[in-house]
Amino acid sequence: MSSDAQAVEPAVSPAGGKPSRAGIRLPGAGDALNKGLVVTYLGLIVLLPLAAIATKSFEDGLGGFWNAVSSPQAVASLELTVTASLIVVAINAVMGTLIAWVLVRDNFRGKGVVNSVIDLPFALPTIVASLTLLVVYGKDSPVGINIAFTQAAVVVALLFVTLPFVVRAVQPLLLSIDRDMETAAESLGASKTRIFWRIIFPNLAPGIATGIALAFARALGEFGSLILISGNVPFKTEVSSVFIRGQIESDNLVGASAVSVVLLAISLLMLAFITFVQRRGSRHDQ
Amino acid sequence: MTSNFKSNISRWSLRYIALGYLLMLLLLPIGVILVRTFDEGVGAVIDAITTPDALAALRLSLLTVIIAVPLNTVFGIACALIMVRSNMRGKSIINALIDVPFAVSPVVIGLALVLVYGTQGWFGADLAAIGIQVIFSTPGIVMAVIFVSLPFVAREVIPVLQEVGDDQEKAAETLGASSWQIFWKITLPAIRWGVSYGIVLTTARALGEFGAVTIVSGRISGETETLPLFVQKEFETFNSVGAYSASMLLALLALATLLALNLMRRKEN
Repeated sequence: MSSDAQAVEPAVSPAGGKPSRAGIRLPGAGDALNKGLVVTYLGLIVLLPLAAIATKSFEDGLGGFWNAVSSPQAVASLELTVTASLIVVAINAVMGTLIAWVLVRDNFRGKGVVNSVIDLPFALPTIVASLTLLVVYGKDSPVGINIAFTQAAVVVALLFVTLPFVVRAVQPLLLSIDRDMETAAESLGASKTRIFWRIIFPNLAPGIATGIALAFARALGEFGSLILISGNVPFKTEVSSVFIRGQIESDNLVGASAVSVVLLAISLLMLAFITFVQRRGSRHDQ
Repeated sequence: MTSNFKSNISRWSLRYIALGYLLMLLLLPIGVILVRTFDEGVGAVIDAITTPDALAALRLSLLTVIIAVPLNTVFGIACALIMVRSNMRGKSIINALIDVPFAVSPVVIGLALVLVYGTQGWFGADLAAIGIQVIFSTPGIVMAVIFVSLPFVAREVIPVLQEVGDDQEKAAETLGASSWQIFWKITLPAIRWGVSYGIVLTTARALGEFGAVTIVSGRISGETETLPLFVQKEFETFNSVGAYSASMLLALLALATLLALNLMRRKEN
């Protein structure tokens, strides 16, 4: 039945005479090689290692999993990770939208430079980020702010690495907004705040949500930028990824895997959320 | 007049709040590290980054880039072609899997590799029997880097492929071009900026990866230490000139990355 349906499709390759589903064959020995390559590569590089973690975490049964996840130090690290990530995405949701606004709607000299600098946290190695933040916000701080080895340091490091997500998700949406709507609302007497909340914000919301989800997933797993500035103090500034490293180093691979699975589950939920938002967004467009 | 004045005030305050935030979070730290590095003079910096350990770290970092980037580029293009141009079943699963490296903590990636290829892992003992050591050795580091930098090319190329459409490809096919000809003469030139963008991002990530590499490397100075691991070791052994110098080198590479991205964006438009 389905092959019949395809045969009627206009995308029939006239050269081979064989109906090609996408209207074109992929390079190489064709589709099959390409698909084989992609599936094998993804399987080997991504799926196999993840399966190993899932298997290992339940090696000592459900009880072993639960014991590892509910140990006080693991719980403290998870609490800190989730709380700090929530604070960070809240701040960067506001600041990211504001920065995107200034980059799109404002005009000043050096705007182009500011625009490129936004991507710096993506380009800069995380360990370098940690070192630079420690130099500026550590004990010899040139600006007189010393937050090294405190929970505030965790938040600042996460703010740094997650900065670009919301900005980059909101910017294109802001560029594509139809300014006529705002002008119309203004001429009808709407205030600036009302225009923002009733017209601009609903258009930006999907971008903000995507940015938040990506930033949250990144913050949950962040490691390198925290390692020097947070001090990694158990029960105080030790986030889950640092806790996992500790478990690996003390050869408790089951415990490390169990906490990894919890982190993974939260991250995958965020990914599912992004997909959901994007689907809704694209339906909205149509 | 007053409303104009008010709107100027609000515009300026938004501008300076945004710029102030960026200054405190991004520019100040980078500026300070550049200044601090040269506290003890240019000679000290050059000495610090030409020690045998530093050079070995730089070599290993470059080696991982040379292996990981081409592999991920080929994979990324193949993946994007499948996502956009084919109706393969299970496409949504592939789509979700591509993003996994973005959603997983680097430490977890390192742990996963240890569980598969470590001595107690699934294949570790078998591989050791035929003389291949993955964990605490170069192959493990390369795999970790491949994993973390996997999505960039695919993610950059997919939207470009969607935008260019397949009219030209179809025309070429009608005229009798082979699929390789179509790929090299039509598809690849059309997506070249997306590919370049992806390659630059992949390279930056591969050079800077720390979390996943720290787990699988074993951190043997001069052997399994990449440049980011070298920074940490120098810092922890109170050799701040070494840590700052290597950091500055990495920061300069990051700035070069931004410059490259910026130039490409301009060319593209």
